[in-house]
Amino acid sequence: MLTGLVFNVQRFSTHDGPGVRTTVFMKGCPLCCAWCHNPESQSASPELVRLRHLCMSCGRCTEDELDSPVVIDRNEDDVEACPTGALQGVGERIEPLALVTSVLRDRIFFDESGGGVTISGGEPLVQAAFVTEVLRRLRAEGVHTALDTCGFGRWPDLRGAAEHASLVLYDLKLMDPARHKAATGVSNDVILDNLRALAGVHPAIWIRIPVIPGVNDDDANIEAAADFVRSVPGIRQVDLLPYHPTGEAKFARLGLDYALHGTTPPEQGRLDTLAATFRDRGLLTTIGGHA
Amino acid sequence: MTARTERLRLASLDAIPSISGERAAITTAFYKAQMGRHSTPVLRAMNFYAICDSKTLWMGDAELIVGERGPAPKAVPTYPELTCHSAEDLRILDSRPKTQYKVNPAVIAEYEREIIPFWRGRSLRDQMFGELPQEWLDAYAAGCFTEFMEQRAPGHTVADGKLYRKGMLDFKADIAKAEAALDFERDPEALDKREQLRAMSIACDAVIRFAERHAELAEVEASRTQDGARRKELLKVADACRRVPARAPRDFHEALQYYWFCHLAVITELNGWDAFSPGHLDQHLGPFYEAGLAAGTLTRESARELLECFFIKFNNHTAPPKVGVTAAESGTYTDFANINLAGLLRDGRDGSNEVTRLLLDIIDEMHLLQPSSNLQVSRKTPDAVLKHALRVIRNGYGFPSLFNADAVVEEQLRQGKTLEDAREGGCSGCVEVGAFGKEAYILTGYFNLMKMLELALHDGFDVRTGKYIGARTGDPAAFGTFDDVFAAFEAQVRHVLDIKIRGNQLIERLYATRMPHTFLSVITDDCIAKGKDYNAGGARYNNTFIQAVGIGSITDSLSALKELVYERGDAPLPRLIEMLDADFSGQEPLRQRLLNKTHKYGNDDDYADDLMRRTFRMLFEAIDGRPNTKGGAYRLEMLPTTCHVYFGEVCLASADGRGEGQPVSEGISPVQGADRHGPTAVLKSASKMDHIKTGGTLLNMKFTPALLEGDGGIDNLHSLVRAYFKLDGHHMQFNVVTAELLRQAKADPASHRDLIVRVAGYSDYFCDLSEALQDEIIRRTEHTAF
Repeated sequence: MLTGLVFNVQRFSTHDGPGVRTTVFMKGCPLCCAWCHNPESQSASPELVRLRHLCMSCGRCTEDELDSPVVIDRNEDDVEACPTGALQGVGERIEPLALVTSVLRDRIFFDESGGGVTISGGEPLVQAAFVTEVLRRLRAEGVHTALDTCGFGRWPDLRGAAEHASLVLYDLKLMDPARHKAATGVSNDVILDNLRALAGVHPAIWIRIPVIPGVNDDDANIEAAADFVRSVPGIRQVDLLPYHPTGEAKFARLGLDYALHGTTPPEQGRLDTLAATFRDRGLLTTIGGHA
Repeated sequence: MTARTERLRLASLDAIPSISGERAAITTAFYKAQMGRHSTPVLRAMNFYAICDSKTLWMGDAELIVGERGPAPKAVPTYPELTCHSAEDLRILDSRPKTQYKVNPAVIAEYEREIIPFWRGRSLRDQMFGELPQEWLDAYAAGCFTEFMEQRAPGHTVADGKLYRKGMLDFKADIAKAEAALDFERDPEALDKREQLRAMSIACDAVIRFAERHAELAEVEASRTQDGARRKELLKVADACRRVPARAPRDFHEALQYYWFCHLAVITELNGWDAFSPGHLDQHLGPFYEAGLAAGTLTRESARELLECFFIKFNNHTAPPKVGVTAAESGTYTDFANINLAGLLRDGRDGSNEVTRLLLDIIDEMHLLQPSSNLQVSRKTPDAVLKHALRVIRNGYGFPSLFNADAVVEEQLRQGKTLEDAREGGCSGCVEVGAFGKEAYILTGYFNLMKMLELALHDGFDVRTGKYIGARTGDPAAFGTFDDVFAAFEAQVRHVLDIKIRGNQLIERLYATRMPHTFLSVITDDCIAKGKDYNAGGARYNNTFIQAVGIGSITDSLSALKELVYERGDAPLPRLIEMLDADFSGQEPLRQRLLNKTHKYGNDDDYADDLMRRTFRMLFEAIDGRPNTKGGAYRLEMLPTTCHVYFGEVCLASADGRGEGQPVSEGISPVQGADRHGPTAVLKSASKMDHIKTGGTLLNMKFTPALLEGDGGIDNLHSLVRAYFKLDGHHMQFNVVTAELLRQAKADPASHRDLIVRVAGYSDYFCDLSEALQDEIIRRTEHTAF
């Protein structure tokens, strides 16, 4: 039985494509970006987390356990028994039809707003067969679909999933392969090759660039990115996504170090300058993904 | 705003609410001299005439629209013939920290010397409480329900378009014709009808006299002023007051002045709750606006200034304070006048026009507490009009609220109104639906759903008052299934509703026979044709509404009982009831489970939402269609005003995890904080109720300002509204403010005096709200951007 591992379904998403959307976050990612908003999505297996701010110290967990950054020796029954929901499972196995039925509950809002469903992650291509099936069923229902990918995956997987996506949101992080590897753990060759190939077969691709101060917001990288995007035929839109330290608390919860501690979001003036770099090359550019 | 309206606005904001003893003095003197000499309707009309003929007039510096109910702005008269304040009441009003009314010691002395001794035992309220049975008094004291009419007259009424086509002299001609047609041979009620018609004719004379006195005053002022421009204005004011309301208005200015005199007449004769409302103001003014522009006698700017003057008049009219004075049921200065915008014309076309836009701009700019305003959104309402309103809403004052005009029509068709009357209807008060100018739609009181479940879990015994209030539904230990629990809950609902309705029938008849509203009857179809008063079934349509409160809390409580007791077997029912009675003392883990691990309304979760629908159906069947005393029927509404705080105070802890005395949920909104899947899930849950079968539902939502930023934010909100209305949702309103700002305002009221928030069906100054209500609004779920 085909199932997917989903860690969150976010209704009323307004920044992951046009209109009012439901975004499905798949679990598992081949990259490990320091700025990741959803570090709990990186591992491809279900895990447990303990949200200390919700914990009422009911006595089911020991003090030592509560002090430990990671959850050990606890199972689904403990999650069920936790009165406040502080102990939570991250990652739920679900069949395509069940997921589609669930997200279609907001169909009337998709219809009214020109919105739809975005599959994000994690990296959706890690679970390409499932994601492709979900996208196919949604498209058959007449729903606008978007695939939000980092592009790091097998080309047939990307092509197969993108075939059922009305829109592809494609991340570009760094143009220099060595810097890309240092920041994300993988080189960007596959990502850039896949993008060129995808542009040959897919009519609607939006490039999404997270703007991370000190990591990729230098002129050299931004200009290289703009030149590259300009060189790929058919791409008309670029979204600059300003860094936000929302991931920091989640890193701490998982007992992980947050390498970007102390980084502040880019200033509006800098974002406007960066946006101009793209606009100068004839690319429709937004800040924040809001049309 | 112009320099004039800016000044008038500030004067209105700065005016301190006070109690005026003038109306009480005139009325008491009149009754002493005239009681027993006339039939009741004629006596009432003559008293109204006496007030119009002798009350102190007010003509503010630079005013273009004139007339105050009291001797000055925010000087509020009293209505001792309905309910007579005690000296202690007046002293408390004068000194309480919130929603204070200044009372001059001379007024208190006059009350002690003349007013109280005369009205004690004679006021309608005293008569009412003498007649109401003990079972009603007990249930009322236990907080099972409230009663709107125990101290304020039946209100919730709205003007229609005929006012702008007919003057009082035309109404008098209709009245004379009706009187001439009376058949004293065959109609046993002919004499009663004649008295009623004569009273209505006197009421017309009263308001004409009132306007003439204003004309005289304006002429005197004009002769005195050295300012040539002001002299011209005063002469125009005098000219308007000579014309209206005796005859139909000729221009935009006269149309506004005409409505305003009618408004004052309605709220001077009796203290109806809600005050009175102009209905589809934009539709009514549209033709005058267009004609004025075409003739060159009006510009957009001059029309706007007149409308601003008109708005300030509403803000000057603070609600008459209640007696009993804890004001727990509704502690607010607002008197719930509510202006309808857009909507549909009688012939079904889109009703929005240039005046709609003008009014939206004024609402945005003036930030006044009163009047309330709402946009009636139909399928035909242009997106641009709705988005214009949403941009006003985004600025965060809670105005205007939004209604589904197509649903409002359908709701009224279900009640048997004609299509045209339904379209000319709309919403007033908070969210209540009525056929404007043709219906007496009376709110009779809030109904405490949570108390009904509490009674079901205690065999009808009310722990707080120590009395058996409800039906004896048996020891809950014997409830073997969830259906048994629900059956006991239903039995309590029906038992207490019977008590309430028996009391209400009596109250309706007291108003019908002893407190007719003669002027309101003149302008409400078909009171003249029937020769019957508004309060006695004279209106074309007569609905009596009961407002159920706490659907979110009751759904979550039923859901928790069903799941924990009957499906998972976590605790037997008697054990759970013990814990609730002890307010979860020593049982915090259980309370947390109830809060966090059960199905909750507001999450598009059918487990909970099906229980909401089951409860709603049961309520509807228990209420809808029961006959009232006026040839009409009882109907169900789902709105709280501020009663969810009071109802929570009188309830023990509940199975949804709510602590003893804490507020219950408001309107049809989810329990504060229980909705965890965003606004679309809330709207889906709320839409599973059959709104068309109600006379109004109220849904509050709170958004962070960030969510609505830019055109994209407006587009998203627009989609939410359109989708909810496509699903037959009745109403929605928004607070666009962060919880953080509200916390700051609570801590530092002096710096946040002007912070206006949406409460429930109306907006109010945050700092004027009770602390319990402030906390409740802070706790409402804040929808943020993702």
